[in-house]
Amino acid sequence: MRRVDRTPETRAAIRASLAVALAVSLYGVSFGALAVASGLTIWQTCVLSLFMFSGGSQFALIGVLASGGASAALPAIVGAALLGTRNGLYAIRMSPIIGGPWWRKLLAGHITIDESTAVATAQPTREAQRIGFWWTGISLFVGWNLTTLIGAIIGNALGDVRQYGLDAAAAAAFLGLLWPRLTALQPVVVAVAAAVVAAVLTPTLPAGVPILIAALVAVVVGGFNLFVKREAK
Amino acid sequence: MNTWTIVLLASICVLVLKIAGYLVPPKVVEKPAPTRITALLTIALLAGLVSIETLGSGSQIVLDARVPAVLVAAALFALRVPFVLVIIAAAVVAALIRLWA
Repeated sequence: MRRVDRTPETRAAIRASLAVALAVSLYGVSFGALAVASGLTIWQTCVLSLFMFSGGSQFALIGVLASGGASAALPAIVGAALLGTRNGLYAIRMSPIIGGPWWRKLLAGHITIDESTAVATAQPTREAQRIGFWWTGISLFVGWNLTTLIGAIIGNALGDVRQYGLDAAAAAAFLGLLWPRLTALQPVVVAVAAAVVAAVLTPTLPAGVPILIAALVAVVVGGFNLFVKREAK
Repeated sequence: MNTWTIVLLASICVLVLKIAGYLVPPKVVEKPAPTRITALLTIALLAGLVSIETLGSGSQIVLDARVPAVLVAAALFALRVPFVLVIIAAAVVAALIRLWA
């Protein structure tokens, strides 16, 4: 990549990138510990952070596996993939910013996630957007993988995780990923309805399936654009 | 399906979705419906996972130490306490309730 001039905008982008990467990397520890608690080995846990590298999808996969084991294989994979669809949308938005040859987009693809897209799109200039994307993505990739390994080793040493409340920590982790998205009536209605649907169906359907049916709430509400204030439409 | 197959298949799916986005013309994101449904899909899945992780125990719904722990977590998220501290607080609440019960 060509040499970048350090302007105030690009320096601010680098600072934002490192702050976000540091904060988010910290919860790689909880992912590592919870993944081992859900029955994965340390290696499997690390492979997820290396190759899947998308927090929501990773937590979803281990969440569904924890509730149903290997018999929940299909819902676990579909759930992780559905949570990964938004990365595809981020990629569409990032594509003109990244530019360049195909191999650069291929590399960018792997680090196209919530955080890199958010930092990039918050920058004022095209150059700062590009820098924000790469700095956030690469530093978070390094940090997230290191903390995943640390968490997996700690989780492995802990043994019976319920005694330490790690099952409650998993629920709290999903709540933490959800919380910043509850910014209007529509997302709140979807969240509450999906939570109720998932709980009500749990006793009657195989593990992992209720969560996929809960996802249909989003398709219905989003498709018809329900629960939006008239003037906001 | 063994766990390695699940881990690798799911990783490939998520990676392919990311890269596929770079092959799609940018006009698609200008349409509101796909963007809206994708954002809500994330919310619905996360909310469903909160509910199952809090209440599920195998194929049963139970009320145990996880419920107060998640309520404490919700209160702390509302107060904008950092993610890691909230996760630790939730674990401590559940662990203490089980210790005393």
